[in-house]
Amino acid sequence: MSAITVSFTLNGRATTLTVSPATTLLTALREHAQLTATKAGCSQGGCGSCTVLVNGEPTLACLTPLAHVEGQEVTTLEGITPVGGLHPLQKAFYDRFAAQCGYCTPGMIMAAKALLDRNPHPTREEIAAALSGNLCRCTGYLPILDAVEDVARQNGGGER
Amino acid sequence: MAKVRGRGIASVSYPTGMNLGGDPTQALVFCQPTGGFSVKLASTDLGQGLKTVIQQIAAETLGVPLESVVVDTGDTDSAPHCMGTFASRGTHRVGNAVIMAAQEARRALLEVAAEELEASPDDLDISDGVISVRGVPDRTLSVFDAALAAHFKYGRTISGRGIYLKPKSTVDPETGACDPDSTVAHATTVADVEVDTETGEVTVLRLASAYEVGRQINPAMVEGQIAGGAVMGMAHALMETVYPEYPALRPHAHNLSDYLLPTTMDLPEISSVVLEYPSSNGPYGVKGVGEMTANSPIPAIINAIHDAIGVWITELPVTPEKVLRALKERDAAQSAATAAD
Repeated sequence: MSAITVSFTLNGRATTLTVSPATTLLTALREHAQLTATKAGCSQGGCGSCTVLVNGEPTLACLTPLAHVEGQEVTTLEGITPVGGLHPLQKAFYDRFAAQCGYCTPGMIMAAKALLDRNPHPTREEIAAALSGNLCRCTGYLPILDAVEDVARQNGGGER
Repeated sequence: MAKVRGRGIASVSYPTGMNLGGDPTQALVFCQPTGGFSVKLASTDLGQGLKTVIQQIAAETLGVPLESVVVDTGDTDSAPHCMGTFASRGTHRVGNAVIMAAQEARRALLEVAAEELEASPDDLDISDGVISVRGVPDRTLSVFDAALAAHFKYGRTISGRGIYLKPKSTVDPETGACDPDSTVAHATTVADVEVDTETGEVTVLRLASAYEVGRQINPAMVEGQIAGGAVMGMAHALMETVYPEYPALRPHAHNLSDYLLPTTMDLPEISSVVLEYPSSNGPYGVKGVGEMTANSPIPAIINAIHDAIGVWITELPVTPEKVLRALKERDAAQSAATAAD
């Protein structure tokens, strides 16, 4: 059984994982790094629940071989959550009841973070477009859009 | 070829739970030596908030703060039986079972407190985690101290068993009469749609609903169910099917590119009002809300499409192909009628 060793930055820390060659970033995060916030939804690139940031760009961890992040910076929900506190997006999701089963939430928050990092003042339409690859079965999306809009408004954007 | 608009309305009467041989759920409640209560359920929270509403119901019945109640769900090996989370039955069935169990535990707690306070259990109240003797404000005992005394001094358990059973109702062979449901919630949805007669695409512009749900245990969660259900109903009407090649019944939806789900880009304007007419047999008057929120939008949308283009589409989902086919048939029928004149 062959193995590969991949070194990358995971949530700000130099990380080296030794895995079988076809291991995805999703499996590496959940089963090798024990970071389980990133969720396996369809595992086919169709639902967005495994969204993480690679060099700040929203990326589907289920379709990304771990080998592709050699030398790159990977950020998961754990990486943006302050110890004992909440990221402004997490707080807004909580305040807006933007989660029911919660399975889509980590991917939604990472996709929203990527948008806000790129564009701190998105409109409602821009928020909807940025989250259009992330499926949610429970909420009907409205409280999710409201939550991201709240954070955009704190940044001085978000007018309808 | 144009974009034409229409409005449709539909109402549903939604029976909570089912009754194909009786519909029971059980609950166990027990108190830790610290005065914290655990509720053991095999019932599952799918995300609607069952754990939260059960925590509220148990705390209310016991007379303790919300934080004193832990709800443990979803393990059928270690908890008493539940028929399941479906048919909007969770809050109604589980809530009733938890009230029964919490009342028994409350009684056991008060019997211990009665010894400590030298009073009759019938003269005791519990509020916000403090047990007091009615009419004697300074004679109090915390639930914590009562639980400690029960555990270490009297050697007693503070626990309760609960079950709610909707009994099986047989059908009268003469009249067909039966009693299949426990309580009925109601909903009406008005849908505004726009049909593109060139592409066949239907866009839902607006869904406005009124829901009569009995008493709301948690209004924010009721609102969440309604908004989520509106989008789910819209998607059932226009997008979702496991048989994309119908009438061929070969299930073909293997992934999310075969099975269309709505995204943030497909949302109508959604508004709703909630009416509360408490049921006689629900926990604190609950009826149930979950499933019907996805029911009423579907016929409302179909009616709105009829209002817009004058044809009935009787097969879900209403895909652009079905709309174009229906318009073609409509126009052919109109031409034939004109020719016959």
